[in-house]
Order: sequence, then structure tokens, then C-alpha cells
Amino acid sequence: MINITFDKLDPEGLTEAMRSSANGAVVTFLGTTRDSFDGKKVIRLEYEAYEDMATKKLDEIRKEMQQQFSIEDIAISHRIGVVDISEISLVVVVASPHRKEAFMACQKIVDRVKEIVPIWKKEIFEGGSHWVACENHELEETKQETV
Amino acid sequence: MNIEVTFFALYRERVGKKKHTVILPEMASVANLVAEIRGEFPFIAPPSVNIVVAVNAEYAETTDILYEGDDVCLIPPVSGG
Repeated sequence: MINITFDKLDPEGLTEAMRSSANGAVVTFLGTTRDSFDGKKVIRLEYEAYEDMATKKLDEIRKEMQQQFSIEDIAISHRIGVVDISEISLVVVVASPHRKEAFMACQKIVDRVKEIVPIWKKEIFEGGSHWVACENHELEETKQETV
Repeated sequence: MNIEVTFFALYRERVGKKKHTVILPEMASVANLVAEIRGEFPFIAPPSVNIVVAVNAEYAETTDILYEGDDVCLIPPVSGG
């Protein structure tokens, strides 16, 4: 199950949906929003997605992991729009017959989501904001202003 | 040919709009498109960074050829999770 939504995520519901009598292990990962960046207080986060491609990439990741770990039950749910501090922005649930595959697949899914899925996170803090991971995009005049 | 380009996140903010149409010769490549965009919006990104492009919802190579009607998006460094 893959989904990108502006609504609050439902980790319990997703976890329950992945449970089955064939699975002896269920691993649920929650990505939650942090309240600080570089010593600055983050007020809220805003996520933006290229939804068509993000959905496609999430589905690719799911299929890749199903194949690599010979497992079936994977759910990935990503929230976009405004997300307040300490709320859940990402839920990954992996259920498998044995725990080792579930742990490994879950970790790898989160890594891949951060690498290839076109979703962007903006941290809004007191007196400013920035797009996460875009540090190499700073323009010369902006750099001077922030010194 | 006309190619409609969609900007996301940092690029959308720097360009000041979500979509922009560029005019390119037939058989233009992704690299040609990026050069055109950089010409029109020099402040979009420093010259030192590579601008990633997606064509029809898939990451594109700089040598890929564009066709009218392609869904072309500029992809700043991603930061989901």
C-alpha cells in the first residue's frame, strides 16, 4: 500500500492492515518532525511533492524491497502540506515471516525514500525558513546576507 | 517546439511560479533545456550545481531528447521522510 496525503497519518491502521497469519514479524517506522535545526527553533514544516512521480517512486521502492527480501506486505505512507512539530510525516510498515527481513527492509525503504522520492521539506523557524538538503544551492548574495 | 516546465519547492520559489513554457528547437536535449532555463532564470541555482530533470515522471539523463507534450519537471535535492 502506497499513499501520499495531506491528512494525518494512521500508523495503527496501517500496521493492522499489514498483519497476517503468515507473518511472524511486523516492523513499523515513524518519521516525526523535529523542533530544532542548527540550534534554531523550528516552528513547523511544510512538505511539497511531485505527487505523480513520488507515488511511482514509492511503488518502485516497495516492489524492489519485495523482491530483494522475498516479502509481500509493505506499506508506505507520506504526509505532505503543513506538518506541526512532533507529528508523523512518514509511516513505513513491513511485515514478514521472520524479523530479520522486516528490520532490514524497513531501514532500506526509509533510506531509499530520502534518496529518490521527489518530496521536499521546508523548515520554518523564527525569522526564516529553508529547504532541507538544498545547502549546495545557496546563492552568493544569500550567503553574504546570512554571514 | 514549446515545452512546459514545472518547478517544485526551492526552484518554484526562486522562479516565482509553478510553470513556465520554454521554446526549444526540435530534438533538443535535457541539457539544452537546462541551459535555456538557466539563461532565463540565472538565479535558479548556482552554476556549480547540477539541476536534475524529470521527464514523464522519471529521472532523465542530460542527453535525453525532449518531445512536445513531454511532462518536464525540475527537481531540487529531495528531502522527504
